[in-house]
Amino acid sequence: MKPFTQAADVLDKELAVKIDGIISAHNGDATQLVGILLDVEAAVERHYIPESAAYYVAQKLGVKPTQVYDVISFYTALHDKPRAKFTLEVCNSAPCRVKDSDKLVETLKRLLNLEVGEVTYDGRFSIEKVPCFGACDVSPAVRVNGVVYGHLDSEERILDMLQQLN
Amino acid sequence: MSNTVHLTINHLPLEVPAGTRIIEAAKMLNIDIPHLCYHPDQTIKAHCRMCMVEVTGQRKLLAACSTVVWEGMEVFTDTKKVYDAQVGVLDLILADHKQNCLSCARNGNCELQKLCRRFNRLLPELPDISSNEPLRIDNPSIVRDPSKCVKCGRCVKVCAEVQGCAALTASNRSGDFKITTAFDLPMDQTDCVLCGQCSLVCPVGAIVEVDNTNDVVRAIQDPRKHVVVQVAPSVRVGLGDEFGMEAGAIVTGKMVTALKMLGFDKVFDTNFSADLTIMEEGSELLDRIKNGGKLPMITSCSPGWVTYMEKQHPELCDNLSTAKSPQGMFGAVVKTYYAQKMGWDPHDIVSVSVMPCTAKKYEASRPELGRDGYRDVDYVLTTRELAKLIRYEGLDLSVLPESEFDSPLGIGSGAGAIFGATGGVMEAALRTAYEVYTGQTLPRLEFEAVRNDVNAIKEATIDLNGTPLKVAIANGLKNAEEIIRRVESGEADYIFIEIMACPGGCIGGGGQPIGTNNAVRDARIKALYELDKSLPLRKSHDNPEIKTIYEEFFGAPLSHRSHELLHTHYHARPKKHDFSHLK
Repeated sequence: MKPFTQAADVLDKELAVKIDGIISAHNGDATQLVGILLDVEAAVERHYIPESAAYYVAQKLGVKPTQVYDVISFYTALHDKPRAKFTLEVCNSAPCRVKDSDKLVETLKRLLNLEVGEVTYDGRFSIEKVPCFGACDVSPAVRVNGVVYGHLDSEERILDMLQQLN
Repeated sequence: MSNTVHLTINHLPLEVPAGTRIIEAAKMLNIDIPHLCYHPDQTIKAHCRMCMVEVTGQRKLLAACSTVVWEGMEVFTDTKKVYDAQVGVLDLILADHKQNCLSCARNGNCELQKLCRRFNRLLPELPDISSNEPLRIDNPSIVRDPSKCVKCGRCVKVCAEVQGCAALTASNRSGDFKITTAFDLPMDQTDCVLCGQCSLVCPVGAIVEVDNTNDVVRAIQDPRKHVVVQVAPSVRVGLGDEFGMEAGAIVTGKMVTALKMLGFDKVFDTNFSADLTIMEEGSELLDRIKNGGKLPMITSCSPGWVTYMEKQHPELCDNLSTAKSPQGMFGAVVKTYYAQKMGWDPHDIVSVSVMPCTAKKYEASRPELGRDGYRDVDYVLTTRELAKLIRYEGLDLSVLPESEFDSPLGIGSGAGAIFGATGGVMEAALRTAYEVYTGQTLPRLEFEAVRNDVNAIKEATIDLNGTPLKVAIANGLKNAEEIIRRVESGEADYIFIEIMACPGGCIGGGGQPIGTNNAVRDARIKALYELDKSLPLRKSHDNPEIKTIYEEFFGAPLSHRSHELLHTHYHARPKKHDFSHLK
């Protein structure tokens, strides 16, 4: 059997162009590193910063790769490992818990055959519990890549929400 | 505004210059405030909190390393509050530190161990929460042990601020906080040049050199092997530190005795091959000037610098002197010329070198330094490892009698000796280049204009009997980077540049005894120039053994055979991430 090898992490031209745009939107200012990295992460399908992209950002900003890695590893909002294309963030704060967000989590786990923190084999979905993101009025709710889906109090509505994610 | 400040420390009054920090003021009273992250040559970090002291009127304890004294300040370093806080910090650091002290390279020489002794912490008070991360052995020079790291940040500082490499960084936070490389990559895939300055400042055993002492002991015990050793110039002014002698003590003769008692068959002097380097490199310089070769020519003795150039500035590959380093030349000579002379099979020779350097371990492993399936230098020991061997043998270096190096390959000139100091290679080369170029005897051997300070750049114009020669000298890779900037921007038009990766040159190398700081480096530089002055022979081309080796073997500098054995080439190192495909 051939040993499992990982594909080489080579920066593709498309992402490089996007990163160029992000850096110029931040005026090439190295002190805006956190904002730049957040934007890069949003531009990557699996919502993380590949090593090659981090080195590219470092070179463009004239900082050391170690500094970029320090920042990525420091903030929980930044990631250096691939995540899901759609991370289903379920609010874990009191108002949503009162509106039975636990049942929402259980339904998501059953429908996707997934535990919290895991990623589906195709890299599309993961479930995370997060603190309040201000959607108490439509709770129980999930947030996916910045978009809030509310009133998820039945399996039909949850399925409907999942089908909207493409 | 007065320039001095009055304060008391433990009721003792003193006056210090404004801007002094508490820890430095206390030192003036010979009070050593406990510390781990503080280092006299580095900027303030205030990470470890071991140095907290009580100051009257302040609600919280203050870090003595970062707090600047003020007029009327009353400092207390030994109250119950201070003691409890310091012991608390110490216990927490200990809980996160793998305590296999008995088998640690820094056993007996560890700052954390010293603090435990000082605070009488005989048994760990807290459960062990240290990480189980394995040793990182991914290069021939340096081993990292993350489970022993106390996160003081000294290695990160020296790597970024002195060497400008920033191969190491802090990462993550809180319980996951650790010191590592970018993306946790192996050292050889980072900007690391294996200079080992991190191992010199590490207070514990988290970064140490790859240990080759066992290999050398095994070789000595093998009756079939001829074990020869060469010793670099800087070792003889650093080794004494390990045996309680004062900084800069010259221990050449004692060291030779120790090496002979250890059982090395022949004990030779790298100063000899430093002279050989000068013959080749000096001739190369004159050849480049005369025949329009690539200028400026840059020295290539420092393997840390060579790696830095290959990783960061491959465009300079042709600017580096093709002459091998003295270690490399010595290795080649031992396994060819000397083997022939003695009638030995080069495969039966084990060639050992003692170097003040961790990068030399890597240099010796380069394929360019060997032929016919053998390495020119089989094992490289640092000064620290030599001290380990001497202690193993049960010797006290400070009281050993003196003896002489073996001959041939045992005579070195003063020019070879000063190789270890920043500016020394330049001065040695100028002594020879001047006399060869002008055909006249130098009226005065000392070129004070090229003698450099620790962590500094020096520029000079040398008058070669009417021909001006613009030169520059740098030590510390951050200074090297500045020199390169001046060259590449066209700001400067040097002819010859000496670059040493480590602060102060080799005497400040990453393989020197623990405790090597800038004050110690100054003492060692002074010692090497003293040594040079005391020697009857002070010019490489006057070395009788050098004359003999050219007569018997090489013919002349830059001959076909010397090109084959004494010269090498450099190549760009692949980048971890190369973006040339995006253009």
